[in-house]
Amino acid sequence: MERVPLTLSRRDFVIGTTAAGVGLSLGLYLPSASATPEMADDTRELNAWVVIEPDDTVIIRIARSEMGQGTLTGLAQLVAEELECDWSKVTTEYPTPGRNRIRDRVWGSFSTGGSRGIRSSQQYVREGGALARMLLVGAAADRLGVAEAECRAADSVVTHVPSGRSLRYGEVAGDAAKRAPPDSVTLKDPRDWKLIGRPVKRLDTHAKVTGEQVYGTDLTLPGMLNASIRACPVFGGTLKSFDEARVRDMPGVRAVVRVDDTAVAVVADTWWQADTALRALPVVWDQGPNSAVSSASIAALLREGLDAHDAFVGNRAGDVDAALAGAAKRVEAEYAYPFQHHATMEPMNATARWTHERCDVWCPTQNGEAALQAVVEAAGLPAGQCDVHKIDLGGGFGRRGFSDYVTQAVKIARQLPGTPVKLIWSREEDMRHGAYHPITRARLTGGLDADGRLVGLRIRLSGQSILAAVMPGALKDGADMVTFQGMLPDGDHAISYSVPNLLIDHAMRNPPVPPGFWRGVNINQNAIYLECFVDELAHAAGTDPLAFRRALMVGHPRSLGVLNAVAERAGWGTPAAAGVFRGLAVCKTFGSHVAACAEVSVRDGRLKIHRIVAATDCGYAVNPQQIEAQVEGSFVFGLSAMLYGGCTVAGGAVEQHNFDTYRSMTIAEMPQVEAIVMPSGGFWGGVGEPTIAVAAPAVLNAIFAATGRRIRELPLRDTDLRVA
Amino acid sequence: MQELNINGSSVAVDVDPATPLLWVIREQLGLTGSKYGCGIGVCGACTVHVDGRAVRACSLPVAAVTAGQAIVTIEGLSTNGDHPVQRAWDDLDVPQCGYCQPGMIMSVVALLADNPTPSDADIDAAVTNICRCGTFNRVRRGIHLAAERLRDGGA
Ligand code: FES
Ligand code: FES
Repeated sequence: MERVPLTLSRRDFVIGTTAAGVGLSLGLYLPSASATPEMADDTRELNAWVVIEPDDTVIIRIARSEMGQGTLTGLAQLVAEELECDWSKVTTEYPTPGRNRIRDRVWGSFSTGGSRGIRSSQQYVREGGALARMLLVGAAADRLGVAEAECRAADSVVTHVPSGRSLRYGEVAGDAAKRAPPDSVTLKDPRDWKLIGRPVKRLDTHAKVTGEQVYGTDLTLPGMLNASIRACPVFGGTLKSFDEARVRDMPGVRAVVRVDDTAVAVVADTWWQADTALRALPVVWDQGPNSAVSSASIAALLREGLDAHDAFVGNRAGDVDAALAGAAKRVEAEYAYPFQHHATMEPMNATARWTHERCDVWCPTQNGEAALQAVVEAAGLPAGQCDVHKIDLGGGFGRRGFSDYVTQAVKIARQLPGTPVKLIWSREEDMRHGAYHPITRARLTGGLDADGRLVGLRIRLSGQSILAAVMPGALKDGADMVTFQGMLPDGDHAISYSVPNLLIDHAMRNPPVPPGFWRGVNINQNAIYLECFVDELAHAAGTDPLAFRRALMVGHPRSLGVLNAVAERAGWGTPAAAGVFRGLAVCKTFGSHVAACAEVSVRDGRLKIHRIVAATDCGYAVNPQQIEAQVEGSFVFGLSAMLYGGCTVAGGAVEQHNFDTYRSMTIAEMPQVEAIVMPSGGFWGGVGEPTIAVAAPAVLNAIFAATGRRIRELPLRDTDLRVA
Repeated sequence: MQELNINGSSVAVDVDPATPLLWVIREQLGLTGSKYGCGIGVCGACTVHVDGRAVRACSLPVAAVTAGQAIVTIEGLSTNGDHPVQRAWDDLDVPQCGYCQPGMIMSVVALLADNPTPSDADIDAAVTNICRCGTFNRVRRGIHLAAERLRDGGA
């Protein structure tokens, strides 16, 4: 084995040096106090999106965050497609949220969630690439003394077609940067795409296999101290007192600080010292109003909502009461979905340096602009004196759209002016202070006519609203329409079935456990409710679950398309291997149509998931191999949630504290996932989240096929599937 | 002061003997490729080799490692990031967020050193690292690819 000599770089300034190697610039820098903001970030920039160096290096600026989902590469492909540049010359960098503010949000939104990274910015980033190309062609034409219309750009070279003379992008980039931008731009016809749709390799892989990739937890700044924090484990509780004297003399301890009235942090030379002292610190909490809240009390609150008179309507058609009253057969079932933790592999963290003049934060965030806002508020400084430097995330899944950990880091750093402080949450802190998947229950009632056709469907959802907790301004007359994901009459999250008489409503019941957007958001439970119940209806009707669904999907050709694709690939209707049973699920969410067929066996009460076939129609597929990776990963996320992902509450606090009690799937439990990417064109659907939704219901329906047992409460944990 | 042999070099560290090896590696020696994920030996993000065996460094006090034992971290696995397992990971674009991958790779390298032709069942038993992004299908393909290349002479 090769061994490399150890470099003792503990106090080295690592952030500037790590990015190289893979041709990937993190765009991190330590701003100097004297730096004055000028408008363009670089005199060579063609526009906000593109910089071309004399040596032909193409720097593409990326506003969204990379958290594993491949957006960095996908967005670069979109720009490069229109730029007609040599893909092998492409590198990327992140503009800071502060620069975006100064430049009138030239990069648009930095928010990275809702499977929107590509689909909501594809138009303007492609335009950015096209405009830059036009500048380069114009500059080259002038230099060659020929008409622009006679020139073509390809592979970072502008060629004058009649004469064959050419100039490299790097040779004309300086001139191009001085030209006025054209006032209109025409994007390529999708049929002419060369890079979009190609399974190119990720731009950020190599540093992740060598350990060179710097995550927030790895950051080192000169003179930096480390902090570990504990907030009151009871939601809504506050910090009463702590006995600093007991830890003040422990090794490395520099300070014990109060953070607002809710938390206490220990600052030390190393994080291990800080965390060790924090664990030894006697703390007295005021538990506040929620100390009696438990899983049982929350379940009772939600059950009450199932029977409540008042509810917000999400989807209504026909007369459901009459249809159910007149049905030949009625089926009713109740389902429940628990709180879940995001459990990003990298715990929450942020590094802040605060002085009376300036505050800078380095952090993994899914929403750089929101993080900057949090910094400004916590720093007590004008926005122009603050900035956020984004670092690639060790997982996000929605958790890092929140900035609570950023606020804390700044408030700690404010108490040590001039000293950079890196705050890392212990895993235990991370699990106790999540932004949990909302808890909900559902009662579903279906009516079948004498021929087994679905004539009426009534769904009452009861439970938590994310919007009510985190963005109440987005409520519509009090209703949280996001709770109806996958059940709405139309749009990106429309129901995939046509039911003549339908009523879906939501009784909002908000327990005092903070909810958040959790990869997939409300489609996770809604697809289980709907897809498992449709399976129940098919069973009651004595109809094959595929045929039963097809009959309801006449007006939903794209959803039907993905369902048919998985049924065909999985061999639905043909015998599976001995002891193996199949289950289906389909839905539309985040603008994409997805379906899955699961194959499982249950032996001695133990579940084995053998195979998943999953189809995605996302309209345009930017990078099929990355979509496959997202689909595969989404099943780990969705199936981990189904198997293990429940947070329970006792004494107003979450009971799971680490990966021993909040388990996650390992490779031994991982089925083979066969991803079918079938872009039908004409629209841009998301891919990071949709297939999570079909993971659990497809498996639960297969479990029913195998055992005759309906699982209506999650997680499965160690449920003995023999007990009917 | 305690002597350690890390990635082929001897170093002396001045540290509380109860400190887990992970934090010595990360904070005293500045080698941050090995990650903190759980601190209780469950997730595998901190996996390093001690005398060729995969060890969860978050749960091993530094005092339990002797100066004669060879510790290898992801940084010491190869000179140019070109260990056959790293190359397989590169070729298949295995990482997503990548945070678990140094630990994952160290587990896999230890497995292949022990068992150059692992079956899927061997992989299931040996690689128990958590990956929240869900890269397992590619991890499995990567292991088979690396094993094949190692058999063909480490090419
Ligand atoms: S950090 Fe060591 S096993 Fe998780
Ligand atoms: S790649 Fe993100 S946790 Fe494994």
